[in-house]
Amino acid sequence: MVQILGIPVQVLFGQLLLGLINGSFYALLSLGLAVIFGMLNVINFAHGALYMMGAFVAWLLLTHLGIGYWWALLIVPLVVGAFGIVIERLMISRLYHLDHLYGLLLTFGLALVIQGLFRNEFGVSGLPYTIPASLQGGRNLGFMFLPNYRAWVIVASVLVCAATWFAIEKTRLGAYLRAATENPALVGAFGINVPRMITLTYGFGVALAALAGVLAAPIYSVNPNMGSDLIIVVFAVVVIGGMGSILGAIVTGFGLGIVEGLTKAIYPEASSVVIFVIMAIVLLVKPAGLFGRTA
Amino acid sequence: MAEVIELKRPAETAAPSLAVRDLHGWYDESHVLHGMNFDVRPGEVVTLLGRNGAGKTTTLKAVMGLLAKRTGSVMFEGQELVGLPARAIARAGIAFCPEERGIFSSLSVDENLMLPPVLKPGGLSREAILDMFPNLRERIHSVGTRLSGGEQQMLAIGRILRTGSKFLLLDEPTEGLAPVIVQQIGRTLIQLKQQGFTIVLVEQNFHFAASVTDRHYVVEQGRVIDEIPNEELNANLAKLHAYLGV
Repeated sequence: MVQILGIPVQVLFGQLLLGLINGSFYALLSLGLAVIFGMLNVINFAHGALYMMGAFVAWLLLTHLGIGYWWALLIVPLVVGAFGIVIERLMISRLYHLDHLYGLLLTFGLALVIQGLFRNEFGVSGLPYTIPASLQGGRNLGFMFLPNYRAWVIVASVLVCAATWFAIEKTRLGAYLRAATENPALVGAFGINVPRMITLTYGFGVALAALAGVLAAPIYSVNPNMGSDLIIVVFAVVVIGGMGSILGAIVTGFGLGIVEGLTKAIYPEASSVVIFVIMAIVLLVKPAGLFGRTA
Repeated sequence: MAEVIELKRPAETAAPSLAVRDLHGWYDESHVLHGMNFDVRPGEVVTLLGRNGAGKTTTLKAVMGLLAKRTGSVMFEGQELVGLPARAIARAGIAFCPEERGIFSSLSVDENLMLPPVLKPGGLSREAILDMFPNLRERIHSVGTRLSGGEQQMLAIGRILRTGSKFLLLDEPTEGLAPVIVQQIGRTLIQLKQQGFTIVLVEQNFHFAASVTDRHYVVEQGRVIDEIPNEELNANLAKLHAYLGV
């Protein structure tokens, strides 16, 4: 058997693929957190719960309405994004004049409430969501077997991240967003409706989390705890990338997924802590994060 | 150019564009404006003079709706502005250029220039603005905050000329700039006035103010304590020096 660094090639590439899959979710979720943090200055602790909600709404659509995966990719972000907009308008917006910590506490509480409601309704054993027929099966790449659905998740995540980056960094609307992140009062004085931008930004960040939830549903079982398991790592990703940095969130998300996967292949005992070790080092060396701007 | 000369002497009887009455303003708990009263007539350049901390910048922010708390009345072209958010005041036709210039570091020069949306017809085109400030054309793709102070000031003034607002609030546009740039900004303001813009200027540089202004209001402790027409400035120099402590 061919080996690299004493590790069988299949194992290495298998873990690399797993790392890329995890990285796809880290990137989508940390991107949403970064967009929300940049605009609202709120660390959205409800992000994991909203990701979980995305998976559940997809499951509910399929089970009760017979609406399949492809429509769910469109409908779920809209539904959960609208839910996010309601939360922002009714609750989060009341805290903008207070310290950031209040937003964090509120969204943390919301996460617990949302998770509790789903746990109460659906239990914790997890519900299956089948891979859509067109993405079942896989292909043999010679050195490894690549399941089609996993390849699709990586492609979809890269495309969505790239489109979001483009929209924020290269378009007129993105320029409003960047400017309002820097100096909302002045942008308001130019006649732009900043509160509405903030609401839509939160809705968009939540929609990204929900989209990630739909993508995750066929891979992981649909489970009320799926968000809380993931979100701690995602926060570490955001801290490493630099709070509020769009490119940082994307690159760090994929990068750390790969690092985590390779660690599993090379030294499995360290795989669950490697991201936090990197976080500690980055915080010591570059407190604003790898892509962060020091104010 | 007969009409230009007319514009240079706005009719004293014209209804004011902006009428500020008993305007009070607060930063958090500190009461800064204590009943400002002044008028700005269409086509005029009016300067607020006063010492540091007199409340000049605060007055502009209060007019623009950028203070958390203000009371009194600010009538602009027949519309009461107190109680409106800044975005509604911008849409009413007032444009604001802050003292710190407010150039966005995450935007290029071009993005900064194109940021304020066009709210009314009749604004300057991008080309007209770049003709007015050729330096900006050369650096159009730079990051906004990489510009020199003078160029940033030109950008800050230039970008609000696109919006179609004909009523400008300019907070210390010459602060910290080299004399040659100050002259260029002075020429620009005169040009804008000839094009029918109405300008409220806050200035520490009183010689600059005298070169562009129709009337001066002297501000002290959050109130207007005197009004001096520019042509009577020389006769009032002693008084003014006492006010400003220069």
